[in-house]
Amino acid sequence: MINATLKQLSAQLAGKKISSVELTQIYLDRIAALNPALNAYITTNAETSLAQARAADALLAGGKAQALTGIPIAQKDIFCAKGWRTTCGSKMLENFIAPYDAHVIEQFNKAGAVNLGKTNMDEFAMGSSNETSYFGPVRNPWDRNSVPGGSSGGAACAVAARLCAAATGTDTGGSIRQPAALCGISGIKPTYGTVSRYGMIAFASSLDQAGPMARSVEDLALMLNVMTGFDTRDSTSLQRDKEDYARDLAKPLNGLRIGLPKEFFAEGLSNDVAQAVEAAIAEYKKLGATVVDISLPNSRLSVPVYYVLAPAEASSNLSRFDGVRYGYRAPEYSDLTDMYEKTRAQGFGAEVKRRIMIGTYVLSHGYYDAYYLQAQKIRRLIAQDFTEAFKQCDVIMGPTSPSTAFNLGEKGDDPVQMYLSDIYTIAVNLAGLPGMSIPCGFGKNNMPVGLQIIGNYFAEAEMLNVAHQYQLATDWHSRAPQEI
Amino acid sequence: MSLTDADVRKVARLARLAMSETEIETARAQLSGIFDLIAEMQAVDTKGIAPMSHAQDVSQRLREDVATEANQRELFQSIAPQVEAGLYLVPQVIE
Repeated sequence: MINATLKQLSAQLAGKKISSVELTQIYLDRIAALNPALNAYITTNAETSLAQARAADALLAGGKAQALTGIPIAQKDIFCAKGWRTTCGSKMLENFIAPYDAHVIEQFNKAGAVNLGKTNMDEFAMGSSNETSYFGPVRNPWDRNSVPGGSSGGAACAVAARLCAAATGTDTGGSIRQPAALCGISGIKPTYGTVSRYGMIAFASSLDQAGPMARSVEDLALMLNVMTGFDTRDSTSLQRDKEDYARDLAKPLNGLRIGLPKEFFAEGLSNDVAQAVEAAIAEYKKLGATVVDISLPNSRLSVPVYYVLAPAEASSNLSRFDGVRYGYRAPEYSDLTDMYEKTRAQGFGAEVKRRIMIGTYVLSHGYYDAYYLQAQKIRRLIAQDFTEAFKQCDVIMGPTSPSTAFNLGEKGDDPVQMYLSDIYTIAVNLAGLPGMSIPCGFGKNNMPVGLQIIGNYFAEAEMLNVAHQYQLATDWHSRAPQEI
Repeated sequence: MSLTDADVRKVARLARLAMSETEIETARAQLSGIFDLIAEMQAVDTKGIAPMSHAQDVSQRLREDVATEANQRELFQSIAPQVEAGLYLVPQVIE
């Protein structure tokens, strides 16, 4: 049951082979047994989850079920869910009970899905290892001394360890794709503007985008069908017709042109990752694809550009945490400014403060043109590289991360080294393109490797087709960590 | 690029973050490293390139100027650090 796809679970529920309450209880029991060691969840609430499951069972009995009705989904703790503690991985929101639902949560509620709990994450989604969480690091289920990646590390761990049927994540610079790669699961960040950001705690608003994480591409398609849709409450939500992301899954790949950017296979890429990715490309050739060499000449600038834009937007977004309306307030202070300064100094962790400082600096008087504006201009150059590339190919492929999962604590003291672990994913966010990661083998110490697939704007259905056909031909995605 | 302790102090003040002398020293070293990474950007010729803020270059949607949210003051204030008689309390700012 715990290895079943969403489609299989849905059929079991519809056929009364299992009830949603029973299925939810299986996962709650697994969480109780495994979460103390893995730390994938920050908050669970069995009573609320089981109440949702009972409601789903009523829908199923009444013949009113949709694709995800009764299925237990883990929600990243960045999404406000009414009545649920919503921490964003921060002491600042340790006791914050969300007074409303994020659009994504509303969508799952409307679909009759069960909220299984809130998953651990880097504080305010700032991190690539899940080590910046106030609630402690998440362990990689493939090797508990390794990081799961971040910032959606709890979600990736929960999916890989079979602690949920599927999960939600968010991706500002790689936070869905990199942990998906490091934990051996599938994840997709759709085109910017496809999933509403309403109620999703903001990090860098021009880059933040939510998406699903699951054990198969077919599952991702079903999740995306629920998560996407226009929402007036997000000013950057795109007004488009609803689409069925599973519609093209079965298409053969004959004639598919895969672009391989030379910059993604250059210095800095580990041998084991390179080998697994090259083997995946060879498999695609067997499936009828052809390969085109392409170049993304400005992609080398994506890390510096990102570390101007994302902290600038973060410093502005996080100014709302002032100890007045919600969240943490320092216990002692002398005046209003002292209250702000102590509240923020005590409520935020080191990485969050570091990024607020970078952002404040680049936005301060006299520096705006040299940093923020210059970064936005290079951002356009990076996006134009992709536009040029897509004239020669249908999808772009490469590694998701330069290495497999690194050890806990390995990059803790050096922020720059940590930032470089997102070198292949960041350009996609800057361009606003859809990107995904699927498992494509194992590297050193038998740790999972992810294949990144980048598509043109709104090409999610095509990318899912490309990824699904690979999963029909290989079984990397169905491997499970030992002791799970 | 190397920042001075005074730069760090100024930024911390602007960002409303209390910092000890040790924290300022650590932050100075780490931020200098990050700005070295960012410096690579400065050499790029961007003359005539328009800044990009949204991938789709969409314009801001407008809506009718009507209230869309119901009043939920009590609910929202139930999670505030300090309220009294429907007001958020902060330390006195006017003598």
